[in-house]
Amino acid sequence: MTTDNSFPQEPHDGEHLKPLLPILDQPSTRRTLLKTAGAALGLAAFGEALSPLMVIPENVSVDEFLQQHYKELTDEDKKKVFARLEAETKERFGADVTITDSKPIPGVRFAYAINVSKCNGNGKCMEACNKENNHHRGVDQSYIRVLEMTKGSMDMENGSTTYDHTVPQDDKFYLPVQCQQCDNPPCVSACPIEATWKEDDGIVVVDYNWCIGCRYCEAACPYHARRFNWELPEIPPEEVNPNQGYLSNRIRPQGAMEKCHFCLHRTREGRAPACQEACPTGARVFGDLNDPDSAINYVLKNKRVFVLKEELGTKPSFFYFFD
Amino acid sequence: MDGSRHWISLVMMLAILAGVTATIQLRGASDAADGGSTLEALRGESSANEEKSSAVRSNSFVPPETFPVTIRKPAGPPRVATNLKDVHGEAVTVACSTCHSTRSPNLQNKTPQSLDEFHSGMKFSHGTVSCLSCHNAADYDSLQLADGHRVEFTDVMTLCGQCHGPQMKDFEHGAHGGLNGYWDLSRGPQQKNNCVDCHNPHTPQFPKMQPTFKPKDRFLEQSRSEH
Repeated sequence: MTTDNSFPQEPHDGEHLKPLLPILDQPSTRRTLLKTAGAALGLAAFGEALSPLMVIPENVSVDEFLQQHYKELTDEDKKKVFARLEAETKERFGADVTITDSKPIPGVRFAYAINVSKCNGNGKCMEACNKENNHHRGVDQSYIRVLEMTKGSMDMENGSTTYDHTVPQDDKFYLPVQCQQCDNPPCVSACPIEATWKEDDGIVVVDYNWCIGCRYCEAACPYHARRFNWELPEIPPEEVNPNQGYLSNRIRPQGAMEKCHFCLHRTREGRAPACQEACPTGARVFGDLNDPDSAINYVLKNKRVFVLKEELGTKPSFFYFFD
Repeated sequence: MDGSRHWISLVMMLAILAGVTATIQLRGASDAADGGSTLEALRGESSANEEKSSAVRSNSFVPPETFPVTIRKPAGPPRVATNLKDVHGEAVTVACSTCHSTRSPNLQNKTPQSLDEFHSGMKFSHGTVSCLSCHNAADYDSLQLADGHRVEFTDVMTLCGQCHGPQMKDFEHGAHGGLNGYWDLSRGPQQKNNCVDCHNPHTPQFPKMQPTFKPKDRFLEQSRSEH
């Protein structure tokens, strides 16, 4: 945006044909001066406000900068975008990966349940999540946080994530917390640019390239389930999981928000989520709510089930139960 | 008020209108994917219909293939280490029956504490059952049910299920024991553990573990970079 002479200046009464610029040629009434100064200031401020949009950041390619929202990409666009991301991954991380976008299976509605009588806080789920989802190895990022809670209390503020002793302790119970895939997700309402949304199978996803990293969603989530990429993840090439989903475990850009996506690149292909396979206690149950014979429905019908922070009305698709 | 001012506001209104129309058109284009009136949408719809009809066809003629659920099985009767090595340097192990077939069972022995020759240091913590509640005195290479019927080591779950009905029921419905593979059996097979994969039959309580992996939550540590 440049200031130019075509901007319609207001002519002074009765002096239509007189040149408007330079300003000094005009009769310098107080009114004209103030108006001209105001217009100039306004233009300058407008230009300044828009200037970030005129400059493409160094670490962002032109294609990435101009990329549309995931939902507006055609199949042709997606092919190009995925190919670009695969090439970038090869360049930055030295790994050959395949990026796909598995669609929700029609008629399937995912839900997860954890048996708090069984979970012993060993943390294998967090480790599996870290590896499966190409998390930053430097901070051992994971979508799951296992809270060590004192028996008789549901106060998550006092849950410890840093316990380092043999588990389980007799006076504690263990509460793994990850994205609850709410039916009424506060994070989705908080996002100012619709970079996160709920899909038909119940999974709340993030378009990492559309996300501007404002972290409103992180503040809105009552389960502390969202993570921010402060840094570009560091992952040794041999540890990069090559089976990647655009909306799930592809390596996230710096400054993007991320969260548990029920391993949709696996679960939408019919496979179990990584954390469930890794759990040595068998505390995790995953399945399709719409299938009356599924394991998850068996749990909901036969066990004592609760959800976290029910009073907030978030309607989680994530349940906890005990024997 | 003069004419030029009207002119400016007219131009601005036109610009706003143009912007709004553009947005509406964009919206329309994206909505069209759900079955709008554009050519592209029609093409999309017809391909969806084709998929649907092919699915119906496959449903009516070939029922959807279901993959099996495999429950892991113990390899067979346990072998006892002798701390000896054969000529090839391989450890020598013996079957239970190697010793047990030469001596008659002492029915007075209920727990490892009363054993003085073999198995004496064994840890046992499994309710009030005795050795021969599960082990078969007629053939120590097999087990026995409460009614005396012989059951092979490979079918140990039948034995456990006699007492642990609720766990067995949970297991059968996928809510106990975990799984590997596919939750959706129309897309792939599933593998499940059996009882003794996770529970030592003599001390069945799940063992204590040491956590090995801790995410370093940002709010727990000093900042790593100068933000």
